[in-house]
Amino acid sequence: MITSAARPAVMARGLRKSFGDHVVLDGIDLDVAEGSVYALLGPNGSGKTTMVKILSTLLTADAGTVRVAGHDPGTEPGPVRAAIGVTGQFSAVDNLLTGEENLVLMADLHHLGRAGGRRRASELLGRFDLAEASGKMVATYSGGMQRRLDLAMTLVGEPRIIFLDEPTTGLDPRSRRTMWQIIRELVASGVTIFLTTQYLEEADQLADRIAVLDHGTLVAEGTADELKRLIPGGHIRLRFSDASELGSAARALGAATQDADTLTLQIPYDGRVRSLTTLLNRLDGLPIGELSVHTPDLDDVFLALTGHLQSGQDTPQ
Amino acid sequence: MSTLSYAVRDSATMLRRDVRHSLRFPLMTISGMLLPIALLLLFAGVFGHALGASSAAGASYIDYLAPGILVMTAGFAAEATAVNICTDMSGGIIPRLRTMAISRASVLTGQVLGSMIRTMISAVLVTAVAVLLGFRPSAGPVEWIAAAGVFAMLTLALTWLTVAFGLLAKTPAGANSLSLIPAFLPFLSSAFISTRSMSGGVRWFATNEPFTPIIDTLRGLLTGTGIGDSAVLATAWCVGLTLAGYFWARALYNRDPAG
Repeated sequence: MITSAARPAVMARGLRKSFGDHVVLDGIDLDVAEGSVYALLGPNGSGKTTMVKILSTLLTADAGTVRVAGHDPGTEPGPVRAAIGVTGQFSAVDNLLTGEENLVLMADLHHLGRAGGRRRASELLGRFDLAEASGKMVATYSGGMQRRLDLAMTLVGEPRIIFLDEPTTGLDPRSRRTMWQIIRELVASGVTIFLTTQYLEEADQLADRIAVLDHGTLVAEGTADELKRLIPGGHIRLRFSDASELGSAARALGAATQDADTLTLQIPYDGRVRSLTTLLNRLDGLPIGELSVHTPDLDDVFLALTGHLQSGQDTPQ
Repeated sequence: MSTLSYAVRDSATMLRRDVRHSLRFPLMTISGMLLPIALLLLFAGVFGHALGASSAAGASYIDYLAPGILVMTAGFAAEATAVNICTDMSGGIIPRLRTMAISRASVLTGQVLGSMIRTMISAVLVTAVAVLLGFRPSAGPVEWIAAAGVFAMLTLALTWLTVAFGLLAKTPAGANSLSLIPAFLPFLSSAFISTRSMSGGVRWFATNEPFTPIIDTLRGLLTGTGIGDSAVLATAWCVGLTLAGYFWARALYNRDPAG
């Protein structure tokens, strides 16, 4: 028997897409294992949304092979659509309906029947903390509520593969954490998640594998740990109260960048607790005024992998 | 269940959504109705005497005017359809529907049916206002049913055409200006005065444009004026425009959105 676990939920080989002369995706290869979370990390204009649109049957690729749930989204959109759910960057909700009406609309389109649809709607409203606002028009919802409703609508049809295009962009930190929690619960239920994000922290928190997209090509791919090893941006900063303490600490540590004006030392840090313990041991009781840990951000990733900073907002794809 | 019955069911779901929108925001429907009513008042009350002299002798001008205004009601109502479709497309829920395994045509069919219901209601109200202003149709039950049929045929054609406009336009404002074409073409037709009293190129255009045979057919059915070959021409135009609008809209809906 051929097990479905051997088949990737999403597969792309040599995927290309251009809009006129503008090459958006320039030969993408990726495999997303069933039941895993895959993050596509990249700045605005790197081609993330175009990638999601191709995988979710909204756009057709110019060249390359694509399989989603075993089917080609370009030539067999039907079975792909039946297997996927999409939550886009901009809330795909009907602003003129209430939260409950939006969910019932989805239930009707999935042919769940009248009673079944209402049951599913109220269950999702409860689970996403929207029960209280269920009778209010979506236009009055906050950004976080709209995003939760958006995801709830995606879940009405119980998709096996879920695409989340920048699920937390524009959300406040609290709504972002709520969203992360919801995504983790989804993963626990066995679905495959393909998400795009601009935030390294988000990919780190949620994803099993991360691919870094820059100007339409994947510049790195691996687990969060593998990726971080490539990035020298993480460091620990120590501040001392006078120049002599700074001097002794610098001698004790060896490889550190000294700044005499601010009395600080900057030491490369790989994010492991053991490295921090080793560092403190080597300081051997020297009085430290202040210790801060700096984890790499997307700028560090880009600088390390591409040698240039994020390209910024050049194309709204 | 078969594909067809799913398509019918999905269309009904999308129609329910459209009706719910209309009930919640009736302003668009009402404003589409106000213009034909204002035109009725203006032409029947203000210009009526002068224009009446140039049209069918004997009959009162409002009897001549009302069928034309009814046709314009369909044109103005179609404007709201284009704006609705474009607003829907430019954000929110339509991109989601396009990634779902539902009958694709049902999204548009729901809108078209909703728009037809709105337009038929507007037409009934505009007819009522015309009757209050002195419109006295001579039609019997059979003629009324035939007139309703002609009107429904026209509405279907204009709605599919404006759905395509709504899909074509990048912004709701653009959709609005495109749909001014069907809304204002009746001005250059037999709606207000007989094409016989026009001259030169205007006369040629007004005689041969689609609204003239449609208005003449409706006028003939409602007030007993001669129809001639207008009924055949009207049907041909409506069927042709419906098919063109339907296939155009479907192609636009299915295309790759470039962005």
